[in-house]
Amino acid sequence: MVQKQKKIIKTIKIDLSKCNGCRACEMICSAFHATPKYSSNNPARSRIRLIRSPLRDIYLPVYAGELATAECPGRDKYVIDGKEYAECDFCRAACPSRDAFKEPDSGLPLKCDMCEDDPPQEKPLCVQWCINDALIYEEREEEVEEQVKLDDLEVGLESMVDKYGLQKVLDTAARISKKD
Amino acid sequence: MRYAETGYNLEIDLSRGNVERVATDPRWTELHLGGLGTNAKALWDRVPPEAEPFSPDNLLIFGSGLLGATPAPGSNRTVVTTYSPQTLLMGYSMMGGFFAPELKYAGYDKIILRGQAPSLVYLWINNDKVEIRDASHLSGKGAVETAELIRAELDEPNAQIAAIGLAGENRVFTASIEQGRSSASRLGLGAVMGDKRVKAIAIRGTKDINLANPARYLELCNDVLKYIKFRNEHPVKNVMTILQGLGSPQEMREADEKWHTENFMWGNARERRRDFWNKEIEDKWKQTLETVRTRLISCYNCPMKCGAIISVPGVSTYMMKCFSKLTYTMAAFSDLDFGFRIAQRATEYGVDGFSTPQIMAFAVELRQAGILTDADFEGCPPDKEGTFYWLLDRIVRREGIGDILADGTYWAAKKIGKGAEEFAHNTIKKHEQLPLKLGMLNPVYFLMYSTGEKINITQIEGQFPQGPFMTVEEREEFVKDWSQVPDEKFKKYLLDWEPRGEHSNPYYPTVDMSVDIVDWQEMMHYIDDALGICAGLGSFPLKPPYHIHNYPQLISAATGIDMDEEGLKQVYRRNRNLIRAVNVRRGLRREDEKPPQDHWKKRFPELEAQLLDAYYKFKGWNNQGIPTQETLHKLGLDYIAEDLRNRSILTEGEPAPSKEALPVA
Repeated sequence: MVQKQKKIIKTIKIDLSKCNGCRACEMICSAFHATPKYSSNNPARSRIRLIRSPLRDIYLPVYAGELATAECPGRDKYVIDGKEYAECDFCRAACPSRDAFKEPDSGLPLKCDMCEDDPPQEKPLCVQWCINDALIYEEREEEVEEQVKLDDLEVGLESMVDKYGLQKVLDTAARISKKD
Repeated sequence: MRYAETGYNLEIDLSRGNVERVATDPRWTELHLGGLGTNAKALWDRVPPEAEPFSPDNLLIFGSGLLGATPAPGSNRTVVTTYSPQTLLMGYSMMGGFFAPELKYAGYDKIILRGQAPSLVYLWINNDKVEIRDASHLSGKGAVETAELIRAELDEPNAQIAAIGLAGENRVFTASIEQGRSSASRLGLGAVMGDKRVKAIAIRGTKDINLANPARYLELCNDVLKYIKFRNEHPVKNVMTILQGLGSPQEMREADEKWHTENFMWGNARERRRDFWNKEIEDKWKQTLETVRTRLISCYNCPMKCGAIISVPGVSTYMMKCFSKLTYTMAAFSDLDFGFRIAQRATEYGVDGFSTPQIMAFAVELRQAGILTDADFEGCPPDKEGTFYWLLDRIVRREGIGDILADGTYWAAKKIGKGAEEFAHNTIKKHEQLPLKLGMLNPVYFLMYSTGEKINITQIEGQFPQGPFMTVEEREEFVKDWSQVPDEKFKKYLLDWEPRGEHSNPYYPTVDMSVDIVDWQEMMHYIDDALGICAGLGSFPLKPPYHIHNYPQLISAATGIDMDEEGLKQVYRRNRNLIRAVNVRRGLRREDEKPPQDHWKKRFPELEAQLLDAYYKFKGWNNQGIPTQETLHKLGLDYIAEDLRNRSILTEGEPAPSKEALPVA
């Protein structure tokens, strides 16, 4: 029997009409995640990216999500209220097709962590610095099915399966076991 | 490691095509901070005063400020510095936007251009990789258009681009350097860029800017941000709408233009229309503004929304800020729709929205007076709007009468002769001023207009209310949370300032008080311009978030330089004297330091002389406005004193003889 559990979902509500395009969100994000904290800033390291094209009136803040190891086969476009966006504009993934959400030096992927901190921040830093309220922080409660917690070995194996496929992992495990 | 600054300048010799990344001397930062201060230092050291503005010897410097690209809100200004072709003095004009931060992220504090490219080029600065690229395909293109073409050509949507239009290419004295929502417009800097044959500079930077004491700096920046929020929620009471808040005057937000249209002058800064504003115009102009304005927008890392995206039906989209909304409208006696339409073309051409409409109105007046003839206007449409478009097209192409007008009203009047000088009535130091004509002399404004090295009142004034409050209660209300004052005495000056009677203009504020007030105003501008902080958050508005009390702490935390209030005031005095010395060496003297004769109806020659005497004395200058040897010595500027002595500008015991500014090329 699966247990239902309450979980806090952290949400940033993004109001595109209120964005004034100043990129303070990018700046403060990169400063917060510098080591030591705030010791440097560099919007290219930011986990929020403002897609900004003033002449087309496009102001779209996007947060970094999970890494995608492969790029999408298609590149679609959306037309919203007469403004054309690339599908990729909305995508949160660091992926091979573009530079966004990658450390400029190492190329390692970046991901928004909602500014996890000790003691915790009241709101993510981008929200704190957006005093025009284009970014609003909200917490909502959701009931979710309790998930079985995986142990380290399972986590490791799952990522191997993700990368190589189940059959190859099984074959390899079988081959290794024969050697003994 | 260098903190806040990158510690490197990008030196580009356009004649030879040579590019170097040069480490800067940290001592300069301690003495002058950065931005305007170190720009002026480079100009003093490296450009001889005999150099023509249009010559390979002249430098064109794009400087970021010391705090540029740090988390400090509004730290985004680019200070462009050169010798101005119009005033022949040091010209510096500033732009907000995104250029200076991108430059610092690319690893440079300044771009210093010298020489002249053999043909039209643009610069592509991509972190450590710098290219001088052919721009022949961009010749004649609009400034906004050029930026878009370069972004597409480089496939770099995030590149920041400063470009000139046709006016800069043709070395029009009012040519601007345009950069997205911002521009360095005043004093013809775009003409110098055109003379160097640089169509545009494109930058992409992805490096870090470091801070010496990050935790403390963030704390101070958070206080600044909190205060901005507070001020946005608590406008200053009892002053006109555009002076209540922070940022530039909110011309893009406000539709009510009763004050400007009835108090500023129309045409060639001549005609006041006291009953202009009515319900019908209000409705029409409001509708125009709301139709064309797509969005209010900001500069880098600033919550204020001083600019706007403007999409006028039928013409391509551009960005606008501040008062250029009305300059064309009022110069042509037309309406707001015309203002937005012609400003689009003017932005693409890349011209100063203050000077250019005045030049065109000046030409129209000369034609009415019979000094310019129908032959000069051959092919010009009969209507006033058509005339303005026609004149704009001639000026930026330097065709026919446009070639003469392209040098601005002062030089054009000299060339036209036949009494045309009388019509070039609104210049200071050969540069067109705000079209404002008032009744009673204001001693503080007299000093700012006369002595300001920026030669543009909006970049000199600030901090202190422009006029007295009507009642004692209003004054008390204003001073009660006036924490920005450098000294409590300023509160008393304001409390005692009356709209009429003994304590009113022109004799109150008294001479000494006026000098004090102007010194405070100048100090804040000089500090902002060295740090790269927007005047809209520092020196321009009433009760700003940045002031003399928090700036030393911000500088210390950002750079690790040990700075206190006295130390910062000393830097201000050093930069003030350095820039004065650059101009003195170019020929600036007391006789040049005067507002337009008709700026006020009521003038007081004796009082004005006293004001100038007292101001010069306070600054430690002689009665020609030249810094004395003793003053320069106290500021560690002995090398300047020596140079001025060698040129017999400073002589033992007696002031140097008055000297005309250098003749035009």
